[in-house]
Amino acid sequence: MKPLAAQPSRRLSDAEIVARAHRSDRNFAILGLSVLVISMIVLLSLIVDFMVDGLGRIDLDFLTSFPSRRASEAGILSAWVGTTLVMLVTTALAVPLGVAAGLYLEEYAPRNWITHLIEINVTNLAGVPSIIYGLLALGLFVQSLAMGQTILVAGITLALLILPIIIVATREAVRSIPLEIREGAYALGADKWQTVSGYILPTARPGILTGAIVGMSRAIGETAPIITIGALTFIAFLPPSPVQDTFPFINFNWLNSPFTVMPIQMFNWVSRPQAAFHVNAAATGLILLLMTLLMNAIAIWLRYKIRRSMR
Amino acid sequence: MKIITLASALALLATGAAFNGAAAQALVKVDGSSTVFPVTEAMAEEFQKANKDIKVTVGISGTGGGFKKFCRGEIDISDASRPITSAEQKACKEAGIEYIELPVALDALTVIVHPSNTWASEMTVADLKKIWEPEAQGKITNWKQVRDSYPDRPLVLYGAGVDSGTYDYFTAAIVGKEHSSRGDFTASEDDNVLVQGVAGDPNALGFFGLAYYEENTGKLKAVKIKVDDAAPAVEPSVENARTGKYQPLSRPIFIYVNKKAAETRPEVAKFVEFYQDPKHAVELVKEVGYVPLPEAALKVFQERFKKREIGTGFTGSKVGVSVEDLVKEKLVY
Repeated sequence: MKPLAAQPSRRLSDAEIVARAHRSDRNFAILGLSVLVISMIVLLSLIVDFMVDGLGRIDLDFLTSFPSRRASEAGILSAWVGTTLVMLVTTALAVPLGVAAGLYLEEYAPRNWITHLIEINVTNLAGVPSIIYGLLALGLFVQSLAMGQTILVAGITLALLILPIIIVATREAVRSIPLEIREGAYALGADKWQTVSGYILPTARPGILTGAIVGMSRAIGETAPIITIGALTFIAFLPPSPVQDTFPFINFNWLNSPFTVMPIQMFNWVSRPQAAFHVNAAATGLILLLMTLLMNAIAIWLRYKIRRSMR
Repeated sequence: MKIITLASALALLATGAAFNGAAAQALVKVDGSSTVFPVTEAMAEEFQKANKDIKVTVGISGTGGGFKKFCRGEIDISDASRPITSAEQKACKEAGIEYIELPVALDALTVIVHPSNTWASEMTVADLKKIWEPEAQGKITNWKQVRDSYPDRPLVLYGAGVDSGTYDYFTAAIVGKEHSSRGDFTASEDDNVLVQGVAGDPNALGFFGLAYYEENTGKLKAVKIKVDDAAPAVEPSVENARTGKYQPLSRPIFIYVNKKAAETRPEVAKFVEFYQDPKHAVELVKEVGYVPLPEAALKVFQERFKKREIGTGFTGSKVGVSVEDLVKEKLVY
């Protein structure tokens, strides 16, 4: 075996080579650790700052009150309900569509220039600023199709926004599945759909879920596209209940309801002159952080369950 | 797999059900300026407490954005921190939207400096023009250049973002031409950023709405304004703005009401009447940091709404409109 570093004048002893490798190993570990520590410190100081400002403001009243001109009476009921409902629509649209599109591109699409063009476009779309999606939604859904400024439109807009992320994640997950699984399925006489639905999709699920988490975490914090389509800032009532006491017991009227979301409420409070509103904004930020963590926790728990059931 | 199937079923159901439409309910839609928002928010909050069966929503698309929606008939009332422009008048006219212009309060734009600033306790409009006019860009960079009596210190400027009604009004009142000023100043749409900027710099000068000064009186110092050298120096305050003494930086803020909506839908008329009721138009306006209109003016505008008089009394941001002028403006549609 040749020495790693070619040094014509002096041959390195084996011990020296090992020592050098150890050194660079250690250096890299220190570098990695310091990067990690720095980013964690930034994140933690942000959270601590939020907590110092906002934690004392959070109580049941804050969660169950509508916005108010008096900072001490204002709450985020309409905001967190709005965010939850919009995220529900977004998830219900973006995940199935994104997974289906990713699977098609990876498994079914013929390898030609059209597919290639679509692939490049999808990857590029993931980097388009969110305000562009807002403008698209304003022109298409709100004005041309006259669907109004509703939860449904906001959900569709955010779904479009995160669709590329989910498509890319699905493709990566499918691509990383070992060929043996596919071949094994074919060897057992499965056809293409049976292979995809019975073997490929279950194996790719953890990766797909990771993509969904990343996408939804992005969607929950978006303000610009939602403001563009015309979400409201002051709204002191909730969307109609999805449950009713007559047949068929559930309804979807809430989809057509006007709404506001957490980031908009925060944005409005931050720009107010009274310091008490800034405290409200910090408290809203904390709750939004909590909602994101909760959403991710559910997804991670699902991923964990799936991984275990696959063994 | 189960989750995905469930999700797709839900999505399918949702899109099918979406266009069934919500049950008709009394809803008043307001959108527009974020400057007017606190006033309308306070009104909407109290109105809904008094009228449980009527719902009011308020958005902040900005004055321009609000008028776009208003002239398309998407909203009933438009919040505006400046009067309707001729282009917007045309758009409304083409769409057949008739509007009633109602001033609802005054805002006193406040020129502020650092508390340690001892020299600029009062300034004339001419001083401010010298600082802010486009020709000053890159040239007037030292306090001494404004007035010989001022110290030899760098001049650092902060101001409202150029897309805001505040900027439009300030430039019209000080420079004499709307939307025209030097460009080398720190501009922000968020007035709290300006508060921080001026509070942290002994050489700074900035401007924003009175409410932001009143919340930060310990950190900032307001400059008294003189119309010219001979005139008395007037302090920015609710009282001085209300009596019309604080000129030329007092500006009216408005709501524009869709006449047809007010006539055909009782909930819209009811909300506007609540908005104009002297009890609310004074107390609630004060509470959110704005300057209420004098009682006499309130009466005139109540009358204007009652008679459903359409049109605007403005052609662009008029400078130094006293409340008396506002009342006398002839309406043009």
